[in-house]
Amino acid sequence: MHVKIDELKSSLGTVKGLELSIGNIIEKAMAEEVGPTPFPSTVDLREWDFKLLEKYKPFYMPFCDVCCLCTFGKCDLSQSKRGACGLDMAAQQSRIVLLACCIGAATHVAHARHLVEHLVEKFGHDLKLDVGGVNVEVEAPVTRLVCGVKPETLGDLEDVLDYCETEITHLLSATHTGQEGSNLDFESKVFHAGMIDQVGMEVADIAQISAYNFPKADPDASLVNIGWGVVDSTKPVIMVVGHNVPSAIGIVDYLQDNGLQGMVEVSGLCCTAHDITRYDPKAKIVGPISWQLRYIRSGVPDVVVVDEQCIRADSLQEAQKIKAPLIASSPKNCLGLKNRTQDPVEAIVSDLVNGKAPGALILDPEKVGEVAVKTAILVAPKRKKFKVIPSVKDVIKGAKECRKCYECRRACPNDLPITEAVAEAAKGKLDALAELYDECIGCARCESACPQNLPLHSFIVRAAEKKMKGEIYKMRAGRGAIQDVEIRNVGGPIVLGEIPGVIALVGCANYPKGGKEVAEMAMEFAKRRYIVLTSGCAAMSAAMYKDENGQSPYEVYPGSFDAGGIVNVGSCVSNPHIAGAAIKIASIFAKRKLMGNYEEIADYIHNRVGAVGVAWGAMSQKAASIASGFWRLGVPVIVGPHGSKYRRMLLGRKDREEDWYVYDARTGDRVYAGPAPEHLFYAAETKEEAMVMIAKLCMRPNDTTKGRAIKLTHYIDLSRRLYGTMPDDIHLFVRTLADVPITMRDEILKVLKKSGWKERRVPDPTLLPRLIRKRKEES
Amino acid sequence: MNRAEPWQTAEIPGPKKALVISKPEIVAGMVKRAKRPILIVGHKASETEIGEEKMIDYLIRFAEVSNVTVVATAHVVKEFVNRGFQPATWMPIVDIANRLKDAEWKGLDGKGRYDLALFVGIPYYMEWLILSGLKHFSSELKTVSLDKHYQPHASWSFPNITVEKWKENLDVIVDKLKQG
Ligand code: SF4
Ligand code: SF4
Ligand code: SF4
Repeated sequence: MHVKIDELKSSLGTVKGLELSIGNIIEKAMAEEVGPTPFPSTVDLREWDFKLLEKYKPFYMPFCDVCCLCTFGKCDLSQSKRGACGLDMAAQQSRIVLLACCIGAATHVAHARHLVEHLVEKFGHDLKLDVGGVNVEVEAPVTRLVCGVKPETLGDLEDVLDYCETEITHLLSATHTGQEGSNLDFESKVFHAGMIDQVGMEVADIAQISAYNFPKADPDASLVNIGWGVVDSTKPVIMVVGHNVPSAIGIVDYLQDNGLQGMVEVSGLCCTAHDITRYDPKAKIVGPISWQLRYIRSGVPDVVVVDEQCIRADSLQEAQKIKAPLIASSPKNCLGLKNRTQDPVEAIVSDLVNGKAPGALILDPEKVGEVAVKTAILVAPKRKKFKVIPSVKDVIKGAKECRKCYECRRACPNDLPITEAVAEAAKGKLDALAELYDECIGCARCESACPQNLPLHSFIVRAAEKKMKGEIYKMRAGRGAIQDVEIRNVGGPIVLGEIPGVIALVGCANYPKGGKEVAEMAMEFAKRRYIVLTSGCAAMSAAMYKDENGQSPYEVYPGSFDAGGIVNVGSCVSNPHIAGAAIKIASIFAKRKLMGNYEEIADYIHNRVGAVGVAWGAMSQKAASIASGFWRLGVPVIVGPHGSKYRRMLLGRKDREEDWYVYDARTGDRVYAGPAPEHLFYAAETKEEAMVMIAKLCMRPNDTTKGRAIKLTHYIDLSRRLYGTMPDDIHLFVRTLADVPITMRDEILKVLKKSGWKERRVPDPTLLPRLIRKRKEES
Repeated sequence: MNRAEPWQTAEIPGPKKALVISKPEIVAGMVKRAKRPILIVGHKASETEIGEEKMIDYLIRFAEVSNVTVVATAHVVKEFVNRGFQPATWMPIVDIANRLKDAEWKGLDGKGRYDLALFVGIPYYMEWLILSGLKHFSSELKTVSLDKHYQPHASWSFPNITVEKWKENLDVIVDKLKQG
């Protein structure tokens, strides 16, 4: 399996015995030519960013009129006022976006740092990176592209993280009062944060794939169980939640090493659940982040183990309500608990089982494993699955106390008709409450707002009990990278446009109308022979659907990176395999130089690879930085309506012809290429709108006529079905008559005639003058 | 619920907040006086029920008796067309907002900027943000929220009112506009 990597290593010759430093891994890379921007600083790719920002101008939607970031303030920045430091509203909004992206990138990089430190301690610096054996020669496409180095061992990754940490510090410092003053420069720094974020995530995932032997670019990764109904609650149950998997692996290892497999259920939520099933396919996934509260309150978990990111801040209080001890296992999330890392296992277990302590902070994954298992086994018979979901009788009784003040509804992010449903419940009818379940994101803001202290979320959970128990689905475990051979096979059809697009359904579960919409989008585009990729909570939501044969989407569609596949790459930190696939199309298929050659590869992807990111339930700062990593590569991202709260869009104007010219690399001429893709970041109001836009945003200037005709067919077909009308902008996307889909020819010709359409040529598109071949020859 | 407070409790606005539409005549007057009014209708217009009808049916009547240009957002164009009404165009809410913000934009028909933009039927928090974007970056444009919930970032908005009250208001607006 390691043959190729070993060969590469020996061909470099110079790597032996090198101390770890960035300078040294650059030496390792010297065997391959490094492009113009290895380890770019915050300004090295600024010109590229400005090219994108020229086409996709920021549209700011401030949350409030003021800035309160320093004690000069609060400053009223409404309309064109400036703050005491001289900042205006546009700069302030972009500063907030940068802050969000710095938080996101710092979170992933810090996650990677903890993980790599732990793995180095366990497996040593020299553990070889292996994400797919001989099938994946380009093991770290993002790192190679950004840094111009080729990491080969776990130790090499530490050097890459040094760079990421430095950049994030610089970026964060730019948000200080009296630093950056231009909104466009803030935006360029946002892109930089996103790019760094992609590197940090890649480091984390290739480290864990290599060290823990997760599926290695395996299209047939196991189908694992997901859903509320898959957990065997007759056993002691451990709930793991978060993103950083070592402590969950500590649990699985302890069970295995002590012959206890099958005696304790390991069930997870969020990305730790993804990653634990990549390690042990028998582990169970309950669901995305929004299932946290309902799962704890159900009383099923006997021990709750939290690591980091997206964990409810009140998880300790909630766990206490059901008398389940909680173990915190990350220095980032200590929850006020006493640090018991150095204490003997038996002492900690005893305190937890006897209720002397509500929980413990244990910063040693192996110890977490032992304590969690021992505690679960001892606590389970005592707790007897004590739950805090009220009985039907209590729901009805509670509902009668409602004052119809509407505070719950006004607190609900999805404006769900809670008051109305409670009124029905007071009459003994729970159907309306049960109906809320599908669109409820489990935030419990309704409860916090209720002056009668009604546990409204629990009311909903009780009312929907039957539905929840029926949540039994299959998800393909995260496969990790895309194989080089897959890229070779589909690179051509993607770049020519014959595979109509690559759709990445990523991000959190802050959905406007439930997770079902994600599954529907996944299936619609897989059916249309797009390549559908999934990760994170969206990958789980895509699983939580059954067709008429009772099958989940992952059972129906293959996991290969090919037309019609639904490909789960894994957890949040697996996202770079998606960007990585686009990068590999440019480097493996099109043979563009990869190392430290960011601008050229991004230009290639932007103009040729019809990829679109969809973060339908984007919630976190991490989702913001993940999106910005795609923006810098020129890949458009669609968010759901809640994504408008990121407060800035990057919008193209298809009505401004002058915005859509590219160079024809063959001749150097400036050629109108049409608004493809039209936007770089955009919030859709409804699923229907998103679907029409997904099809549209897959068009690229480089599409062949055959490819463009296929893409137009899907765009027009979806528009007709969901909008009940032909699109009104077809003329902008038809370049020659050969672009016109034959089956719709007459209709489209009519539209073209009406709009005064004229034939134009299909360029060899680039935004970079230096890539014009003719000029090069002349010079 | 007749208070001029944001519908979603935590959406605290200010210092600049929408004036409250205390009587429907205010809206009718503004529409009549506007040279180029535009009405932007979101998908909730076809979901919100008013008796036997949907909000969109009221909006069609409103459009028919006034000179507003109607833009449908999301997929609501389908509902308009199904009802035999052809909006001037359809596009995502962020797109129409982005154009309205642009001082150089000459409108859908190329005849000049709109001076009054009325919004209705967009998810509350999204409309909130869109109106904020316009408030801050398009100070010339007057914006009105026709929704039944207070939208503080508009220039003018109804307070939080019931569907019935909303219906009464819209009936009066349509009547006043009919009278010319
Ligand atoms: S950072 Fe500037 S705008 Fe913000 S509060 Fe301080 S002085 Fe005011
Ligand atoms: S828990 Fe559900 S119903 Fe309650 S506020 Fe949150 S989303 Fe709305
Ligand atoms: S907040 Fe509580 S009292 Fe008020 S309407 Fe909702 S359930 Fe009733």
